[in-house]
Amino acid sequence: MKAFKYLSPTTVEEAIAFHGRHSETAKYMGGGTDVIVKVKEGWMEPDFLISLKKIKKIGELNKNNATGELSIGAMVTHATLEKSLMIQNEYPIIYDAVSNIGSLQVRNVGTIGGNLINAVPSADGAIPLIALDGVALLHGPEGERSVAVKDLFVSPYKTILKPREILKKITIPPQAPHTGSAYIKFGRRAAMELPLIGIGVLLTLNEIQGTCTKARICLGVAAPTPMRAFDAEKFLIGKKINEAILIEAGKIAADESRVRDSVRGKAWHRKEMIRVHVRRMGQKCLELINAGK
Amino acid sequence: MTTNISFLLNGDKISYDIKEHWTLLHLLREKLGLIGTKEGCGNGECGACTVIIDKLAVNSCLYLAIEADGKTIETIEGLASTDGTLHPIQQSFVDNGGIQCGFCTPGMIMSSKALLDENPDASREEIKHALAGNICRCTGYIQIFESVEAAQEKVAANKGGKDE
Repeated sequence: MKAFKYLSPTTVEEAIAFHGRHSETAKYMGGGTDVIVKVKEGWMEPDFLISLKKIKKIGELNKNNATGELSIGAMVTHATLEKSLMIQNEYPIIYDAVSNIGSLQVRNVGTIGGNLINAVPSADGAIPLIALDGVALLHGPEGERSVAVKDLFVSPYKTILKPREILKKITIPPQAPHTGSAYIKFGRRAAMELPLIGIGVLLTLNEIQGTCTKARICLGVAAPTPMRAFDAEKFLIGKKINEAILIEAGKIAADESRVRDSVRGKAWHRKEMIRVHVRRMGQKCLELINAGK
Repeated sequence: MTTNISFLLNGDKISYDIKEHWTLLHLLREKLGLIGTKEGCGNGECGACTVIIDKLAVNSCLYLAIEADGKTIETIEGLASTDGTLHPIQQSFVDNGGIQCGFCTPGMIMSSKALLDENPDASREEIKHALAGNICRCTGYIQIFESVEAAQEKVAANKGGKDE
């Protein structure tokens, strides 16, 4: 592997200053499970690797019980999310997604922030955060700015982050009662594979009438960047959700998707799987709502 | 770009001058002579290089040695007793056909150990989930899962014995 100087700042400001001093030849690193592979393969040739591991503030996971807002530090590992009972119980869609990223060895080190910044079209980590209306907090030389997680992605492997900017955390606004959410990574096997297609669904129902007041259908590998199936979401609003409605929503989402043929699978198969799994994830949402989760 | 790090390796305090771009795997195998940990793919796909860092199973091929500073690290060499008695998980792999060519075995056993240390009663599903990042080209995995389950029984029996 190419030799580099390893820097481990303890604050975001210090990290940005380091990056400024070494500009072109410096790279930020989260857990390193992607960056180290890139350096080994020669796809990335940094003279300075700036590890964000020692910045305590961006490694915290907590929920503000007064406001109901969830805050996920960018350096929180997938395994931390997977093992959190709060995540398991209150944000099942996050659990569904992070528990099948890479392998346990990767999840023990890899971070949610790194997963987002990597911006692969599959983006298992991004789909639930988009479905939950997550907001990313970025910090650069000019200060902080917030952007919806769904707007982070420009094209495969490219985000809107400026060179020296750091993703600090993702905040999830409070979730309405009677909300269910679920994600499936569909592929040949879950571990160490990118999904053929990723499908996340979130539904909120009106307590009295049981009609849908909020719907999110988010797809990974269905377009160059993670996408929302807005037409399918709109279709669900105001309806009493049952199997027939979910089947229809699946069809609309499949039509909206911009799937392609790739080495991992064919476009027609991906569309078919969107159809099937939008329905199944929708049903899982209903089950969770009925179970009072 | 040389830095001194110190860490606890299989119970021994180690201090070593490392290069900042070395992986932990490189340090273990090439510098410390601990060649039980294997390099398979070198990209975090196969799990042959799995070691335990602060109780977590980690791919040592993707972990920088410099980040091991201050950590507690376990490798396959630390499992057997000094008199050569194998760790129950190791013995169980021997007894249950969990080993064929043996290349994946150190990683398999370290992943199994990290799991059982945290969750001694792990179910078959939990075992599969924890070992999904360890690839074996010989056994077809069934004997490996059975080895882990047999080790659970052995550990439980030993504990029962001690309590009485």
